[in-house]
Amino acid sequence: MIEVVGLRKHFRVHRRKPGLAAAVRSLWHRTYDTVKAVDDISFTIERGERVGFLGPNGAGKTTTMKVLAGLLHPSAGQVTVEGHRPAQRDPAFLERITLVMGQKQQLLWDLPPSETYALNRAVFGLDPAAAARTLGELTELLGLAGLVDKPTRQLSLGERMKCELAAALLHQPTTLFLDEPTIGLDVAMQVTIRDFIRDYNQRHDATVLLTSHYMDDVVALCPRVIVIDGGHLIHDGDLRALVKTMIPDKLVSFTAALPADEVARLGEVVKSEHGRITIRVPEARLREVVGHVLDRAGTDLAVEDPPLEDVMRKLFHTKRAP
Amino acid sequence: MRRALAALPTLCRIGLTEAVAYRAEMVVWLLTTTMPLVMLGLWTSVADEAPFRAWGSRDFVAYYLAALIVRNLTSNWVAWQIAEEIRTGTVSGRLLRPIHPFAGYLGTHLGAVPLRALAVAPVAIILVASSARAVLVTDPVHVAALVAALLGAWALTFALFVGLGTLAFFLDKPMGIIEVYFGVFAIFSGYLIPLPLLPGWVQALADWLPFRAMLGDPVAIAIGRVPDGAAAWALVGRQWAWAAGLMLVATVAWHRGVRRYEAFGG
Repeated sequence: MIEVVGLRKHFRVHRRKPGLAAAVRSLWHRTYDTVKAVDDISFTIERGERVGFLGPNGAGKTTTMKVLAGLLHPSAGQVTVEGHRPAQRDPAFLERITLVMGQKQQLLWDLPPSETYALNRAVFGLDPAAAARTLGELTELLGLAGLVDKPTRQLSLGERMKCELAAALLHQPTTLFLDEPTIGLDVAMQVTIRDFIRDYNQRHDATVLLTSHYMDDVVALCPRVIVIDGGHLIHDGDLRALVKTMIPDKLVSFTAALPADEVARLGEVVKSEHGRITIRVPEARLREVVGHVLDRAGTDLAVEDPPLEDVMRKLFHTKRAP
Repeated sequence: MRRALAALPTLCRIGLTEAVAYRAEMVVWLLTTTMPLVMLGLWTSVADEAPFRAWGSRDFVAYYLAALIVRNLTSNWVAWQIAEEIRTGTVSGRLLRPIHPFAGYLGTHLGAVPLRALAVAPVAIILVASSARAVLVTDPVHVAALVAALLGAWALTFALFVGLGTLAFFLDKPMGIIEVYFGVFAIFSGYLIPLPLLPGWVQALADWLPFRAMLGDPVAIAIGRVPDGAAAWALVGRQWAWAAGLMLVATVAWHRGVRRYEAFGG
């Protein structure tokens, strides 16, 4: 369980104008600004939940994750993760959590991942037989066979991320902080990682807090989303409810030879390519429009929610508007 | 603590594996510690004319070869490593493990000692095969004190370097201070010139600093420049007291530093 109450994390940042004169002046006189990376946010996540943590760049997502993992000390507020204060970094706390950062690797760069696994086995005090069993499972689920004995630097980005995940989960943590775990990966690898995370969550009843710029990750994994912007929490709740509130329309796609004016009467045309048409339809008119398309011999009919990217864009725009 | 001790053999093994992986860098590193050979050439040519303050050529050969061995066996690059890891945020990985990060650094650098020993073995062979052999201590009390002094010099150097690296929590670029450290070390440790040959006030100041215990004292014990066994063990006791004190300071600084850590980039 994760409980965050009134969390603030402020950084003191040195500001200097460009140029030699400003550099010389900064020797005597330094100007500092306070950057409020996280400013009074509160939320609770129950054991076993999968929660998407969303926001634009610089919103404070990674800072919050680092506070929750015990890397950063909060400027104010109370944070509890599995009954521990993260900033104290008790070994009992560190045994129960993991932080995976897609843009940072923790594997030993010049050695094979198997050496990192041996290191983690030793520092987490894992029983060798149990650790071997866990590693066997992770190898099978992530398809690591043949990778763990190659130097990390010779692995592709996707292979490395899979090995990172195995290293991060060898001690079987019950709280996972995943910061962009699929960044830079191809679509097939993203799906593999998503399936693995869902499977791990279900097997271990693990709590998952996920940030990702790929909205497909969030849609596939997280029934609930917490959205922050400028260090402030702007939404916390069910993902589908958020979509419905922000954009109460559906996207209806179909293939049919209909006159343009008839299509325009059905809804706002979003895309029309090679005879396949996608229109945006208010939910109240959905039944009527679908019935009409089917009556007019439309085929391959599909009804979808609008892309989460559009929802987020509208949410940020709404919250920032004066 | 118990967990760190249990993990230490694995940490050391991985440290050795890393050292082997970085063997080219280690050779380059060792090449930067050849100053004693330069000083050896200088002083033996002086002593060939006439002994300098009762130091003959043989004494200088013994001193500088022993200094080269001690320096290479007991040195490490943990200050640079810690400073870089804090600057780039990669220290975050260590902070997520349930053992003190110092244990990880200890394993890495202890693990590299066998490779360092291998690298300086030819120097030790030359020392033992040369006429300088005559000044080396052989009695068990001095040899035991020498072994303890080598371990102490390693521990003291490690503690001091860990402390210097930890400055990166407080300073943007602590490397300048590390460079200044090296200048001070070179004089007050006896790395450049044997301490007994320096002016009295320099020797007196050196007594109040930890640097001589990192190099000059173990070398003095090795080449029989310490009056007796009791004096040798007194030097060892002083050295271990410095190591414990500096480790304590480094640990306190680390805990304060972690509170300021901003984990940028990592």
